[in-house]
Amino acid sequence: MNENPSTEAFASHSARLAQIANPKSEIVHYGDDDPLPLDCGVKLAPFSIAYQTYGTLNAAKTNAVLVCHALTGDQHVANEHPVTGKSGWWETMVGPGKPIDTNRYFVICPNVIGGCMGSTGPASTNPATGKPYGLDFPVITIRDMVRAQARLLDHLGIPHLLCVLGGSMGGMQVLEWAATYKDRVYAAVPIACAARHSSQNIAFHEVGRQAVMADPDWCQGRYIDEGKSPRKGLAVARMAAHITYLSDETLHRKFGRNLQDREKVTFGFDADFQVESYLRHQGVSFVDRFDANSYLYITRAMDYFDLAADHGGVLANAFTGTATRFCLVSFTSDWLFPTEESREVVHALNAVAANVSFVEIETDKGHDAFLLEEPELLATIGGFVSAAALKRGVALPGEGELP
Amino acid sequence: MNITVPTPQLRSTDTARVDLLLIADMVTRGARVLDIGCGDGLLLRLLADKHGVDGRGIELSQAGVNTCVAQGLSVIQGDADRDLIYYPDHAFDYVILSQTIQATHRPRLVLEQLLRIGRHVVISFPNFGHWRVRSELLFKGTMPRTDTLPERWYDTPNIHLCTIKDFVALCDDIGAKVERAVALNAYGYRLGVSMPFFMQNLFGQQAVFLLSR
Repeated sequence: MNENPSTEAFASHSARLAQIANPKSEIVHYGDDDPLPLDCGVKLAPFSIAYQTYGTLNAAKTNAVLVCHALTGDQHVANEHPVTGKSGWWETMVGPGKPIDTNRYFVICPNVIGGCMGSTGPASTNPATGKPYGLDFPVITIRDMVRAQARLLDHLGIPHLLCVLGGSMGGMQVLEWAATYKDRVYAAVPIACAARHSSQNIAFHEVGRQAVMADPDWCQGRYIDEGKSPRKGLAVARMAAHITYLSDETLHRKFGRNLQDREKVTFGFDADFQVESYLRHQGVSFVDRFDANSYLYITRAMDYFDLAADHGGVLANAFTGTATRFCLVSFTSDWLFPTEESREVVHALNAVAANVSFVEIETDKGHDAFLLEEPELLATIGGFVSAAALKRGVALPGEGELP
Repeated sequence: MNITVPTPQLRSTDTARVDLLLIADMVTRGARVLDIGCGDGLLLRLLADKHGVDGRGIELSQAGVNTCVAQGLSVIQGDADRDLIYYPDHAFDYVILSQTIQATHRPRLVLEQLLRIGRHVVISFPNFGHWRVRSELLFKGTMPRTDTLPERWYDTPNIHLCTIKDFVALCDDIGAKVERAVALNAYGYRLGVSMPFFMQNLFGQQAVFLLSR
C-alpha cells in the first residue's frame, strides 16, 4: 500500500484524537471513588462514558431504548459523525419515523468502554503516568462494557429499558444485558450475533491484531507518545475484517473481476482489480477514525465472550427465569455469525420457555446487512419493538401517555 | 361448551380455516399457548384478541415468521419434526398443531413431543376417511383431491395422511387421553354428537381433537 498520509489525513487524525478526551457528545465522568469493577480483577477509576441520546424520556420512564454499537461503531447512531462528517451508522433504523422512532422512544447509545470516541479506553490518559494507557489499559470484556452502560443508565435515572438492541458485537452486549440485568430489560433484539465467539472468528481477529502489532509505527502500543500511528497495520486489519462482513455474492455482484481504471492487468502489484481498490479505501478511511489499540482491546473482548461458559457451560442457564421478550435476527448470507449461532440462542431460550421470536432474513449482503436498508429487517424490528412498547403502555407518537 | 358456527366469511375464504374458531374455543383464557405451524399468525391473533392469550408460534416458512413478528407476535422459524425437543416438559398449557401433523416426517414422535411439552394438545387434521376421498380413489382410481386436500400427489406436502379412526388408534397406542373429538363437515359445521363413530369418520372432512396425557 503506497499511502502517504496527506494533510487531510493529518487533519482527520487530530480531529480523531480530539474526540478521545473531549468528545462531541454527552459525557459522564466517574471519579476515583466510583470505580468500574472489571472481569480481569482491576477496578477502573476514574472512567468516563460518552454517549448520544435522541428523543425524550417519558414521565413514566418506560420508553428508553439502548442501542449497542458494533466493534468499530460508536455512539453516533443517528447524527453526523464528528470526525468523518458522514451520517449516523444506523440512520436506516433510528430516527424520527424510523423503526426505532425517536418521536416515540428515548434512544441512548454509549461508546463502549475500551473505545476511542470519548469513553475511557487505551488512548485515554492514564492518571498514574499522565500519558495514554496504551497496553497498560486493562483487558475488558463484553460484560464490562455492559456494566458500564448500566452505570450510565443509573446516572440518567433510567431503571428499566423498554428495549436493548444491537448487531454483531452490539448483539453480544444485548445478550449480556438480558443475562446479567434480567429485571432491567423488557425486550431484547440481538441481531447477527452469537452467544460465543467462534474459533474462526477469533482466528480472524488474531490476523487483524498481528497486522497492527507488526507495524513498526505501533511502537509496542506507545505510538501516541511517539507521535506516530500504525496506519498500515490497522488498515490491513480492517481490510481482512471487511471481507468477513461481506459475502462472496456481494463482492462478486459489486466488483466481479472488474479492473480499476484500466483496460488490462499491469503485471504488477497495483490495485488492478476494483475489489482491491475498494478494500484499500476501506482500510485507509478506517484508520482516520479509529484507534489501533482500541481495535486490539475490543476484538479481544469479543474473543473472550462465551455466555454459556459464564453460566456453568449451559447457555440456557444464562436466561433462567427471564421475563424478557426476545427477537433474534440473522441473515442467510452471514458467514461471520451464521444463522446456526442465533438458532442455538433460540434453543437455549426455548429451554427456559422464554418469549422468543426468531427471524432469518434472506439477503446476499452478508454480515453487514444489519446496517443496510433491508426492508424485512426494518419491518420486523419496528413491529416487534412497537408491540413491546404497546404492552408497556408507551404511547404512539402524537398520542398522550396511556393510563 | 357452546360451539359457535363459523361465520360464512370464515368458511368462504381458503386462507381462513374453519377449525381455528373451534380450536380457539378449546383454549382457556390467559393460558400459555404454543401454536406449531402458525402460518401468518391468524390463530395467534384470534387467541390474543378474543381470549387474552399471549401465545407463541413456530412456523416453517420464513415469510410467515417475518409477517408474524412484524405484527408483534412471538414466533420462531422452526419445524415440528426438529425443534420441539428444545422445549422443557409442561412448558405450555396448550400446544396446538393445526392441519400440520399430516405433513410431518414422524407424526408419532411429534405427537409424543406435543404431549410432553403441553398439558393439553389441540390437534386438527384433514380426515382421509371422508367419503369424497374414498370415492375419488374407488371410482376414479386416482389419488384423491378435495377442497381440503387440493394438491396433486406429487406436489402435496401431506405425506402422512390418516383417517379419524387411524388417529384414535395412535392416541390409544401412545396412551394419550382423548378429552374431546369433533368432526366438521365440508361446510365447517360440527357433526352431531349422536352420530355413530363410523359415520363421523365417513362424513367428517376434518377433525379437531383435544388430548391430554
